[in-house]
Amino acid sequence: MVTVTPVATTKSSDNVGVFASAHLVGRRIAGPLIVLVLWQVASTLQWVDPRFVPSPVTVASSWKEWMFGPVGTGPYSGTWFMHAANSSYRVLVGFLLASASGVLIGCLIGWFRLVSDLVDPVIQILRPIPITAWVPFAVIFFGIRDGSAFFLIALGAFFPIVVNTAAGVAGTPKLLVRAARMLGIRPHMLLPRVVLPAAMPFIFTGLRLGIGLAWVLVIVAEMMAVKSGLGFAMWDAYYFLRLDIIIAAMLSVGALGFLSDLALRLMGRWTLRWSRGL
Amino acid sequence: MNQLAADASPTRQRRIAVRGLRKRFSDIAGQGQIIALDGIDLEIADDEFLTVLGPSGCGKTTLLNVVAGFETASGGEVRVDGEVVLKPGPDRGVVFQEYALFPWLTVEQNIEFGLRERRVPRAKRKARVRQQIASVGLSGFGQRYPQELSGGMRQRVALARVLVNDPKILLMDEPFAALDAQTRSIMQQELLRVWSADRRTAIFITHNIEEAILLGDRVVVMTARPGRIKDIVAVGLPRPRDVTSAEFNQIRRHVAVLLEAEVQATFAAMETGQPP
Repeated sequence: MVTVTPVATTKSSDNVGVFASAHLVGRRIAGPLIVLVLWQVASTLQWVDPRFVPSPVTVASSWKEWMFGPVGTGPYSGTWFMHAANSSYRVLVGFLLASASGVLIGCLIGWFRLVSDLVDPVIQILRPIPITAWVPFAVIFFGIRDGSAFFLIALGAFFPIVVNTAAGVAGTPKLLVRAARMLGIRPHMLLPRVVLPAAMPFIFTGLRLGIGLAWVLVIVAEMMAVKSGLGFAMWDAYYFLRLDIIIAAMLSVGALGFLSDLALRLMGRWTLRWSRGL
Repeated sequence: MNQLAADASPTRQRRIAVRGLRKRFSDIAGQGQIIALDGIDLEIADDEFLTVLGPSGCGKTTLLNVVAGFETASGGEVRVDGEVVLKPGPDRGVVFQEYALFPWLTVEQNIEFGLRERRVPRAKRKARVRQQIASVGLSGFGQRYPQELSGGMRQRVALARVLVNDPKILLMDEPFAALDAQTRSIMQQELLRVWSADRRTAIFITHNIEEAILLGDRVVVMTARPGRIKDIVAVGLPRPRDVTSAEFNQIRRHVAVLLEAEVQATFAAMETGQPP
């Protein structure tokens, strides 16, 4: 009898991904920790002016107050969760809009020559335009409200998703399409049963790029077109030169962005479990 | 030369008829034309195992692709049970050299693919898949992904995936070319065992002389490009065949001489850079 060895082994660190061993987790935490220590040393020894670059300890205590302080005792006290929830909600809605439209349109572009010829040039011309350039239109059409943020985030995240999906769909191995036709597939089932699964690795790449952009754009939107959220708090803190709050908000975005990407990676690992070691 | 083999029983019927088949491709630059097949005439009986042997680039894969319905004829026609072949279908199961399994489906789901697409009820589907898995020696591997299997195992899945549809015709394009010698030998035996059970029409493409004679009722030897039929050799040895026997090697010598001239012609064409 032929024996089969499992393919997904933990032999190299880039194969391990999110399921890292304790040893690897330690190694990955060491880098940020060293940066923190250097930063604290630089502040304590006054290499940098603490009025402009607050020390990690200052940031931590301000952040703590921002999160857990009693509401009303200070301009930022106890408001972190509200801001974080607002930003997360906008990212989620914008990203879902971008995913749905990006995957759908990407499939059509990748599969139908006519759609590609008609739509792809439009996308390629719009794509290099910075999303910030759309802010005036967003505000005019959607007002200083969530709608503006949804629009800006969805638009920005749409492009990497649509481009990657189209590439993945267009790259479906012809041999697999032949095999499916030989097995008697009905033509309209080719897209869901063969093309979409074959494009899945590309689609997930697009989604991960999209979620990263969504966090960039939620801050842009909240600085310019909405009056709540971490981006708004950052802009507001800038007027009062509360650089400790700005740094806390920056780290908050970093952490939330990391967590949402982690969630996507876990979904990707499960969906693409067949491709391990491919 | 193109009649059915001499030992035809009265119940034998013609399954595949290839008449005057021509196939041209434009080359990649789009300037010249490559003639892959230049007038192929061939008749294959419903219980026949036909092997096709030829130098690389002689158009043997093209012939298979036209019979499968993947490519259309530039001239002439292919008929299966009297019907002109226009598109692929589950009545002609194809086993590819590169396996062409769906990597995101398990072994079981790969084998089930055709039945599911043709809306065979679930219970019936499961029963047939289970039976097919057992008959090609894949029991216990149903939940594996193709990525986790060796080349030989993958080709078993590919074979099971078409056999489960109960095709009239089995088309195989160098299915064992990527396997090591031992695995290839095992797979040849397995294929003959499975084929002998119902003796469905089979076309098997190979560039390996021994394999062609070991498997086929008749061996079609093709010329260098443009592909024509040089000769058809009826093997006429009882199975299982002994590759070391004198009779076997007499045929091997005969086929080798036929093929040698064509391999030389292919090399000569490559060296002068002239399309033949």
